[in-house]
Amino acid sequence: MNFEFSEDQNLLREQAQGFLAEHCPPSAVRKVLEGKAPFDKELWRKVAELGWTATTIPEEYGGLGLGYLELCVIAEELGRAVAPIPFSSSVYLATEAILMAGTRAQKEKWLPKLATGEAIGTFALAEGPGRPSPKSLKTSLAKGRVRGTKVPVADGDVANVAVVVTKTRAGDKASWQLVDLDQRNVKCDVISTLDPSRSHASVKFRSADCEPLGAEGEGWALTQKLLDRAAILFAWEQVGGAQAALEQAKEYALGRYAFGRPIASYQAIKHKLAHAYIKNTLARSNCYYGAWALNADAADLPVAAATARVGATQAYYYASKENIQTHGGMGFTWEFDCQFHYRRSKLLSVNLGSEGTWQDKLITAVEQKNAA
Amino acid sequence: MDFNDTPEEARFRKEARAWLEANAPKAEELEGLDGIARAKLWQKRKFDAGWACIRWPKEYGGRGASAIEQVIWNQEESKFDVPMGVFAIGQGMAAPTLMTWGNDEHKRKYLPRLASGEDIWCQLFSEPAGGSDLAALRTRSVKEGDEWVINGQKIWTSGAHYSDYGILVTRSDPNVPKHKGLTYFFLDMKSPGVEVRPIKQISGQSNFNEVYFTNVRIPDSQRLGAVGQGWQVSITTLMNERASIGGGGMGVGFDVAFKLASKLNIDDRPAIEDKAVRAKLADWYVQEAGLKYTGYRTLTALSKGETPGPENSIGKAVGAPKTQDMASFCMDLMDMAGAIDDPEIAELSGLVQASFMGSPGGRIAGGTDEIMLNILAERVLGLPQDVRVDKGIPFSEVPTGTKG
Repeated sequence: MNFEFSEDQNLLREQAQGFLAEHCPPSAVRKVLEGKAPFDKELWRKVAELGWTATTIPEEYGGLGLGYLELCVIAEELGRAVAPIPFSSSVYLATEAILMAGTRAQKEKWLPKLATGEAIGTFALAEGPGRPSPKSLKTSLAKGRVRGTKVPVADGDVANVAVVVTKTRAGDKASWQLVDLDQRNVKCDVISTLDPSRSHASVKFRSADCEPLGAEGEGWALTQKLLDRAAILFAWEQVGGAQAALEQAKEYALGRYAFGRPIASYQAIKHKLAHAYIKNTLARSNCYYGAWALNADAADLPVAAATARVGATQAYYYASKENIQTHGGMGFTWEFDCQFHYRRSKLLSVNLGSEGTWQDKLITAVEQKNAA
Repeated sequence: MDFNDTPEEARFRKEARAWLEANAPKAEELEGLDGIARAKLWQKRKFDAGWACIRWPKEYGGRGASAIEQVIWNQEESKFDVPMGVFAIGQGMAAPTLMTWGNDEHKRKYLPRLASGEDIWCQLFSEPAGGSDLAALRTRSVKEGDEWVINGQKIWTSGAHYSDYGILVTRSDPNVPKHKGLTYFFLDMKSPGVEVRPIKQISGQSNFNEVYFTNVRIPDSQRLGAVGQGWQVSITTLMNERASIGGGGMGVGFDVAFKLASKLNIDDRPAIEDKAVRAKLADWYVQEAGLKYTGYRTLTALSKGETPGPENSIGKAVGAPKTQDMASFCMDLMDMAGAIDDPEIAELSGLVQASFMGSPGGRIAGGTDEIMLNILAERVLGLPQDVRVDKGIPFSEVPTGTKG
C-alpha cells in the first residue's frame, strides 16, 4: 500500500506553499476582490513562469508533461491561498478539453500558448439558472457559427479561447465548439458574482466563428468526462481552502478570550472545529483516491470524482461558514478575511454544478459500476 | 500512488492466506460447541502454529510481526468465517498494559495464556458515577498487609460473566486530587466477593454487566504501577481501547441502504429514483469512502514504519452516528412496515430495526461521540482542555450529583 504523494510531489507542495505565501498573501486576494482588475496579472505571470499552467501539457506542445498528481498538489495550494487567477478555467477545463478532444492542429495552435499563460481559456456551459442538459441548451450552431448567450462564464471577460457547449440541430444532443474570443462577433460583459476575486462574464455569441472540437453530437459525453476530471482538481482546491479556513478559525479561537478564557477551550467551539477537521480529513482522503483515479485514468474515475467533489464541497462550506461563526461579529466585517473563504467555497461549489448535481452523479456512477 | 503490497508484504500475505486456507475450522468441527468453545478452539490452533497475537514478541506467544503484517493478517483472517471476539479485551487492552507495566513474572505467566486463548480477561473501569470522567471512580482499595481489600461497583463490563481475569482501577486515596489517588490491579474473577449481574439493554440483549465487589482481596503482587499511579496505567489501556473498538461500522451501511432503496417503492417508483434518497445515500457513500481511504493512508504510514496517532478517533466519531442515522432512514424507506422487528416477517429479517436499537450503544461505548470530538480537538488540533473545576481539589471534596 502506497497511498501517499511521492517525495518529489511533497517537495513541490512545499515550494508552492512558500511561493504563494510570498506572492499571494491575503492582501493580494483583497486587492482583486476590492479593485477593478479582473485577476492578479503579476501572480498569473509568475505562476506561468513556474510552469504550473503547463503541468499536464505534453512536451511536444510546450508543456512539462507531468502527471495529474502534481497538478492536484498545485490545486490544493491555490485553493488554500484563495488565488485570484483564472487557473481553474484555463488549466482544469480549457486545456483539458483541448487535450481530450482537440485535433493536432488545434493542439498546436492553443496548447503552447495555454502552457505559457499567454492565452487564457475557459469552458462555457451554463445558460442562466438551472441544471443544464442537452435539451435545455439554447446556444446553437447555424451555418457553422455559434449563436447564443452563456452566463455565467468564469473568466469569460479575460479568456482568449472558450470551449462552448452547443446543442445539435436535432436538439437532443450537444457538441463542443472551440471559439476564439478575440473576434467582433463575441461580446463579453463582466457580471457581478458573489466572489469578486474571480471574474465572470456573460458571453454573447453573435454568429461567432468557431470550429468543432470533438465529433458532432459527442459534446455531452465529453462534457461529463471533462467535468469528472475537473471535479477532482476543484475538490483539491476546495480541500486546500477548507484547511485554511479551519486554521484561521483555530488561530482566532486560541487568541480570543470570553468569560475569562480562550473561546477555544469551550466545547461548543472545540466540537465545531473537530467536526471541520473530520470533514476535511475525509474529504482529503477521498481526494487522494480521486487523484489516483485521475492520474491512472481509472475506470472508477466517475465514482472517485463525484465522491471527492461532494465531500470537498461539504467540507469547504462547513469550514468557511463556521470560520465566520467562530470569529463572531468580527468575522462578518469587511475588514476581516473570513469572507474570502465563504465566497470562494460557494463559488467553487456551484462553478462545476451544484452539490445536488454531484450527489446524483455519484449514485448514478455507483449504479453503473454495480451493473458492469 | 498504488494499492499494492511491497514484495515482503505480498510474501507475508501469501503465507498467511495459505495457512488460513489449510487450517480455518470447518463447520463440522464447530458443531455442538458454544461461542466461547469455538473461539478457544480457533485461538489455540493459531497459537500452536505461531499465528496468534502476531505483533507480540515470540517469548510471549506471538510472532514478532510488524504493524502492517498485523493489518494484513487481520484482512486475510476476516475473509474466513472464524469464531472471534471474546479475546479482544484481554489481548487488545489487558496485554499491552501488562507489557508496559507488569514485571517479568506477570508477563511470562499471563501473556502466553492470553495468546493461546486459555484465559479470557475483562476490563473493570467504568462506574455508575464515572463514565466519560473515568477518574471520578469510587471503588475503594484499602491496603491490609500484603493484600488490598476492594469494595464498590463497576458497570458496562463486557464478558465479566465468562472472564477468568479482570483489569481493575480503584481509588486508594480519596484525600488527594482525583487523578492522583488511583491504583491499578488485575484480579482473578473467581475471587470471593465478586458478583456479576447482567444489564438488560434497550436492544433487549445483555452484552454488559454490573460487577459488585464486597471485601474482595487482591495480592499486592497483582498491582500494576505504583500506588497512586493508576491513572497513568489506565491511559495505556485506554490508548489501546481505541485501537480495538472499531468504527461502529456494524449493522446498516451504504450497501444495505442502497439495496433497500432499489427494492422498495416511493409513489410506485423505486425509492432509488427519488432525488432526496439519492442525495442522502451519496452523503453516506462519501463518508464510508472517506473512512476507507483514510484507513489506506494510515496503512501507508504503518507500511513505512510510522505510528498512527489520535486521529484514528475519526472512525468512531463518524461511524457510530452514521449507523444510527442510516438505520432510521432505512426504516423510513419501509414506511409503515418500518416498525416491524419480528425477524420472521420484517424486511432483511429485522436487521435494520436491531441496528436502530443497538446503535445508541455504539455512540457511547469506548468513548462517547463527545469524548471523540474532545480528543480530536485537544490532541490533534491542539486546543486547550476544558476548565476543570475539580482540579487540585481532594477527591473527597469534589461536588457530586444525585444521578448515578
